[in-house]
Amino acid sequence: MIDSKVLDYDYDEEQVGFKEPPKAETKPLTLFEKLSLGLVGVGVLLFIILLFNTPLRGTWSGFFLAYGPLVIGGALYFWLSYKDTEPGIKNDGNFFRNITSRGYLAWIAGIFMTGFYVVLYWWPQYLEGGIRILDPHSQLISGAPANQWFLYGFIYTIAVLVFGIRMLMKYRGNRYQQIRTMSVMTVQLGFAFLLPNILKLFSQPEFYFSYFWPLKYDYLFPSSISYFTSSSAGLGLFFVFWGLVMTFVAVPVLTYFFGKRWYCSWVCGCGGLAETMGDPWRQLSDKSVRAWKIERWMIHSVLVFIVIVTAALWINSFTEGRVLGSFSGPAAKWYGFLIGAIFSGVVGVGFYPLMGSRVWCRFGCPLAAALGIFQRYFSRFRITTNGGQCMSCGNCSTYCEMGIDVRAYAQQGKNIIRSSCVGCGVCSAVCPRGVLKLENGKTYGDRFEGSARPIQAFIDSMKHVP
Amino acid sequence: MHIAIIGNGITGVSAAIRLRQLKPDWKITMISGESDYHYSRPALMYIFMGHMRYKDTKPYENSFWSRNDIDLVRGWVTEIDVGSKRLIMHKRDPIYYDKLLIATGSKSNKFGWPGQDLIGVQGLYDLMDLRDLSENSEGVKNAVVVGGGLIGIELGEMLHSRGIHVTFLVREKSYWDNVLPGEESSMINRIIKRENMELLLETELKEILDDGHGRVSGVITNKDERIDCGIVGLTAGVSPNIDLVKGSSIPSGRGILVDSGLRTQIEDIYSAGDCAEIVTEGEGRNLIQQVWYTGKMQGKVVGETMAEMDSVYDPGIWYNSAKFLNLEYQTYGQVNNAQGLLSIPDEKNVYWEHGNHLHSLRLVHNGSEVLGVNVMGLRYSHKVCESWIRDRRSPEYVLDNLSQANFDPEFFRKYESEIVGRLREQII
Ligand SMILES: Cc1cc2nc3c(=O)[nH]c(=O)nc-3n(C[C@H](O)[C@H](O)[C@H](O)COP(=O)(O)OP(=O)(O)OC[C@H]3O[C@@H](n4cnc5c(N)ncnc54)[C@H](O)[C@@H]3O)c2cc1C
Ligand code: SF4
Ligand code: SF4
Repeated sequence: MIDSKVLDYDYDEEQVGFKEPPKAETKPLTLFEKLSLGLVGVGVLLFIILLFNTPLRGTWSGFFLAYGPLVIGGALYFWLSYKDTEPGIKNDGNFFRNITSRGYLAWIAGIFMTGFYVVLYWWPQYLEGGIRILDPHSQLISGAPANQWFLYGFIYTIAVLVFGIRMLMKYRGNRYQQIRTMSVMTVQLGFAFLLPNILKLFSQPEFYFSYFWPLKYDYLFPSSISYFTSSSAGLGLFFVFWGLVMTFVAVPVLTYFFGKRWYCSWVCGCGGLAETMGDPWRQLSDKSVRAWKIERWMIHSVLVFIVIVTAALWINSFTEGRVLGSFSGPAAKWYGFLIGAIFSGVVGVGFYPLMGSRVWCRFGCPLAAALGIFQRYFSRFRITTNGGQCMSCGNCSTYCEMGIDVRAYAQQGKNIIRSSCVGCGVCSAVCPRGVLKLENGKTYGDRFEGSARPIQAFIDSMKHVP
Repeated sequence: MHIAIIGNGITGVSAAIRLRQLKPDWKITMISGESDYHYSRPALMYIFMGHMRYKDTKPYENSFWSRNDIDLVRGWVTEIDVGSKRLIMHKRDPIYYDKLLIATGSKSNKFGWPGQDLIGVQGLYDLMDLRDLSENSEGVKNAVVVGGGLIGIELGEMLHSRGIHVTFLVREKSYWDNVLPGEESSMINRIIKRENMELLLETELKEILDDGHGRVSGVITNKDERIDCGIVGLTAGVSPNIDLVKGSSIPSGRGILVDSGLRTQIEDIYSAGDCAEIVTEGEGRNLIQQVWYTGKMQGKVVGETMAEMDSVYDPGIWYNSAKFLNLEYQTYGQVNNAQGLLSIPDEKNVYWEHGNHLHSLRLVHNGSEVLGVNVMGLRYSHKVCESWIRDRRSPEYVLDNLSQANFDPEFFRKYESEIVGRLREQII
């Protein structure tokens, strides 16, 4: 006999789903947490005041007043809110909290960030106030007044550092996450912010060691190369050499040994921001097979596009404009506008709160595409699964920022070998059954059936385009 | 040929997928009253805690089922009409089958406690319980969870995440020490207390109190202590769900009785997973296995026997894993509980625990062969541990090769040299 209560059960879990359960008591903020949030509030106020032409704007005092309370308050709050918790996974309420589950706050944040990028790229004159606040800092490290790009670099770095502290605290029990986060914080601060500016101070071209072609697409354009080599003989040549080595040696070699993670979740600034400020939204990536198909078409098209544009520019330059003269220039401009500005900035970061933290890295980055091809076919990196321990809960897939359905592999006991995997290691961190492990094996040949013959595997994969 | 499967849990699903591989043109219908699609039962807690939405717990996209031509029916089977091979459905037309798989899972145990049917008293097994828990926790500040086990600690963690104060009533001397050895079990006692939950050991539920309106207002323990609460979680184990076959011609004991090919004694009716009781020939006890991976394995085997293959269910070397709050646990092979320790012939235990009580490792051996491994706060490789046990490796061999089994993420602190040093002293 079946219980009558059971027979009456016909809840529509598909449409109605399960709402947030009641909460008995929210942990009250401690005094210090309140103070740190208060500091953030004061910081916002001071920041807004300093945007206007007050006498303090443009002085060191103005700089510290505008950013000091914001940065210290924010970092302190993150530190305090995690410091007394047990090390472990802290995803409670992610799908209930408005800001992390596409609620109205997420829309506000998304529109705000998208708008900021639009203004930054096309109407920087309206950011004048914010730019002037940074003048003393810019003078000190680069010897020139600040401009919109200095402002951008500064805010970007601050975001990586402050949210980096959040990340370090949130993953207190996980050394992989901590070391990786320290790496992206250091690279962002040192190589993507301080060093390029200091180079300017010494009248050298502004150069980013942590970016290279095809992500930094113009580094292999003929115009940049001639600019670097002509502007400062010794160092400029070294920059060109460095860029070539990164693109043509580091990409295949380091990816062979470590997978694309050596760059995407340890070095890259785009990855750095995604892994720090983007972390609260990682669960919003689309895991459907449909999204995977779109991803493959898009990202590889961008790679093909930039290869063609670069090649055209070189042909144009060798033939002194006789061949492809009218194509290459405009094509490079369009690439810069569509991919460089709109995609990587406006959509890539602006949409964090709505589409997750890696929209650009997953759908648009040509370097990720190139690294991904090596990772998929010619790398020792793999995520292994622990025998039969998976119970298909779905935490790994949910928290994969790249939208990889990790569970689909784990529940079959298969290795996860996906070109898009940035090796962030969060799937392994959140797995409650200890199933996943990121590893560099001794060879590339034992990762999946057929992986011993990478070229054949690549050709086969082209044949079954879904 | 029409196959009907009652239950869309891991067992039913594994059988359906295996059958589809083997028999591309058979008609397969999978029936469940609980949900339209298969979801992961162990993930129930994460929905409640907001780690995932319900839809994230579904291991396959909805389109998977139509692509594989597996028909899904949402509804309750009320009776199996063995004679005319049909399933009587609640508020639906009957379903006719040629072969039937019963994979109805388990039910939470209720031991006839006074007040166990009050509002606010519930188990944690299915989506119905999840919905009830949400409703029942409205305005509740205190909860009592009865019975220490894997589901109990999950329920405790769920309520705790919503700011509800949890008190565990545990009959044993130490948490889950009817399964775990004493030391591991004490580690759990410790972390429960660290999270500010109440743990009452050697305490049993005597009575559940009515607030006068049919809702729970508290419990009385066997020590005549009264604890006020708005929710009572009953998690004192689960039993095979045999409601459908009780009183029918399909023989059942504690579970639905099947042979090693997972066939019942009635022609064309099979059963597997949590609800099945595998009759072992000879002296051994019948086998009832109520975990995820056994459901998966049994589902695959029963799919094969239904497709007329000669498959036999081989339980293999036991393993399992769980998580107690933040403490991960994995086990391989034979490890005895606190009471039964040293009941395997010549059983010897060597054990290491970190000073912070958050990592431990136990090897069970009989002098010449390793029989079991327990790890807490460490991840160990299933493949490696299983091979030690299967290949009857000596304890010395295992210690020499211990680090091969470590499955912790990169850069995690490695304790193997400390462990090996400590365990070698104990083995000599
Ligand atoms: C909270 C919780 C956590 C767990 N965690 C773990 C874990 O971490 N690891 C682990 O190994 N195991 C775990 N388990 C156990 C594991 O979930 C079960 O062993 C497994 O789900 C059993 O699968 P099954 O397919 O045999 O049965 P079930 O999953 O129970 O599926 C049976 C289905 O049949 C349906 N059904 C029953 N009767 C009828 C009927 N008359 N008509 C229509 N439909 C019917 C039921 O509604 C149900 O949907 C957990 C269980 C619970 C409850
Ligand atoms: S998180 Fe772990 S247990 Fe859950 S589906 Fe992923 S691999 Fe499996
Ligand atoms: S598969 Fe895992 S390691 Fe790779 S990107 Fe996704 S979460 Fe990160």
